[in-house]
Amino acid sequence: MLNYDIVIVGGGPAGLAAAVAARDAGIDKILILERDKELGGILNQCIHNGFGLHTFKEELTGPEYAYRFIEKVLEAKIEYRLNTMVMDISADRVVTAMSREDGMYQIQAGAVILAMGCRERPRGALNIPGFRPAGIFSAGTAQRLVNIEGYMPGREVVILGSGDIGLIMARRMTLEGAKVKVVAELMPYSGGLKRNIVQCLDDFGIPLKLSHTVVDIEGKDHLTAVTIAAVDEKSKPIPGTEERYTCDTLLLSCGLIPENELSRNAGVEMSPITSGPIVNESLETNIPGVFACGNVLHVHDLVDYVSEEAARAGENAAKYVKGQLSDAKSDIEITATDGARYTVPSTINIDRMDDKLTLRFRVGAVYKDSFVSVYFDDERVMHNKKRIMAPGEMEQVILLKNKLTEKPGLKKITVKIESE
Amino acid sequence: MEKRELTCIGCPMGCQITVELEGQDVKSITGNTCKIGENYARNEVTHPERTVTSTAVVLGGDKPRVSVKTKANIPKDKIADVMKEIDAAVVNAPIRIGDIVVKNVCGTGVDVVATRNIEAD
Ligand SMILES: Cc1cc2nc3c(=O)[nH]c(=O)nc-3n(C[C@H](O)[C@H](O)[C@H](O)COP(=O)(O)OP(=O)(O)OC[C@H]3O[C@@H](n4cnc5c(N)ncnc54)[C@H](O)[C@@H]3O)c2cc1C
Ligand code: SF4
Repeated sequence: MLNYDIVIVGGGPAGLAAAVAARDAGIDKILILERDKELGGILNQCIHNGFGLHTFKEELTGPEYAYRFIEKVLEAKIEYRLNTMVMDISADRVVTAMSREDGMYQIQAGAVILAMGCRERPRGALNIPGFRPAGIFSAGTAQRLVNIEGYMPGREVVILGSGDIGLIMARRMTLEGAKVKVVAELMPYSGGLKRNIVQCLDDFGIPLKLSHTVVDIEGKDHLTAVTIAAVDEKSKPIPGTEERYTCDTLLLSCGLIPENELSRNAGVEMSPITSGPIVNESLETNIPGVFACGNVLHVHDLVDYVSEEAARAGENAAKYVKGQLSDAKSDIEITATDGARYTVPSTINIDRMDDKLTLRFRVGAVYKDSFVSVYFDDERVMHNKKRIMAPGEMEQVILLKNKLTEKPGLKKITVKIESE
Repeated sequence: MEKRELTCIGCPMGCQITVELEGQDVKSITGNTCKIGENYARNEVTHPERTVTSTAVVLGGDKPRVSVKTKANIPKDKIADVMKEIDAAVVNAPIRIGDIVVKNVCGTGVDVVATRNIEAD
């Protein structure tokens, strides 16, 4: 069996940043396993710009951002294997991988970092029975076709779901000469970033219809038209509101979901809310020595935060390998309530905590002029006003270690949204 | 006095900015978090600009297309013309990030450059 100090599953921005940080922390034997034929993950198909302003103070496209980290991995001579699919991870950190050249083999890892990213929600979103003609794609598939293969799926487009990929593809296909007729969103708010609504829809006069869904699809072999209708509060279509659009393409952009089959099989405890592992302050799962970061942990909209989070996972995995991470025990539980849906991490061991800890979370609805409040047991210690919070944008609060140690016996931290 | 509500696209924070205008005269800018937002709002109400990203055809490469961007912003009303020039461009592999794909696109003074590496096949 092969032996490595740290094995990283996935060579996207999370895996790359974790690898570089672990090397900087003095770990020699690091291996990145990537099932694709190149490093960089989903960023390779995200050719639009808007990446990296926080990290590099300039606006990069996805491939450029990825390459900044690929370069660091190459410079540091960190080992990686492409076209290599990880099939299994065991609770004692034996990683089973497979590639065409080497067949199936096993690696004993000192620590494992999960960085498998996410995938698009399945078509279930399209809640209509019956036959599916050709011309229906997930937005991410369309993105790969257009941006990597240079193939246009169609000329007249309707998009269901206003997730970022759908918005980005509305602009992309418009620029390539297609007519994007409408974006229909089931929820009363968009799941995408504000700036994408501005730059991808408003700029081109593409209407966004909130609280709408697709109720009918026409076409024998190939799609010819779809009908959308307004929905009530229970997401039920309202009769009489139907509008028919002729089109040859329907893109589904209904959100992303962390890719955690491997983690589940390894016995990693999952959060039903994020669909990602439950982690402590060190980004370590319930299995000692198994860490998680990036979109496999919770879906991020900013790659900068992915890189930052992944670097912390890399540093902590390095500490674990060197035996510098004290035993995991959770002194403090973090609870999200009243509009805050979850937090990452969800427990804190004071001994292991850095001077500063960033808690990331998402809200469950749109909140205007509201407060993010943090309670230490029953005492409110933070009360930050926010002009706007939306489910599509990740929020954060920073906890200071010295504030926590001032409160011996602290058991519970609560994050909630308050109107005043 | 005219009031314009904008969403800053300078970074993914997406601050909501309010601009007060008298004719072409910017009277006040509020709601931005940083200087980029102020500049963005001023430009957006007087002469809006965008970065265009797309792909160009590659000959002899390990991939059929190379992703490209305008190296700086171009006027918003030139987007369609810029796309036409990018669509007409053909580049030979190998290509490095930053290589010029279209020089001085549509006379804007801005180059279109490659945003990924493509190896020769
Ligand atoms: C369409 C789209 C637009 C976006 N736009 C922006 C933007 O404008 N600005 C911004 O900052 N961020 C943006 N993001 C977010 C950002 O790109 C992601 O958050 C980031 O790429 C996540 O990185 P990751 O490494 O966690 O996942 P990924 O990039 O998905 O990488 C995961 C990698 O793991 C590999 N993998 C998975 N399973 C296995 C396995 N079993 N064995 C081996 N390898 C495996 C995959 O092949 C993949 O390469 C966007 C994301 C998308 C999808
Ligand atoms: S004002 Fe500054 S912080 Fe706010 S969106 Fe613009 S660039 Fe970002």
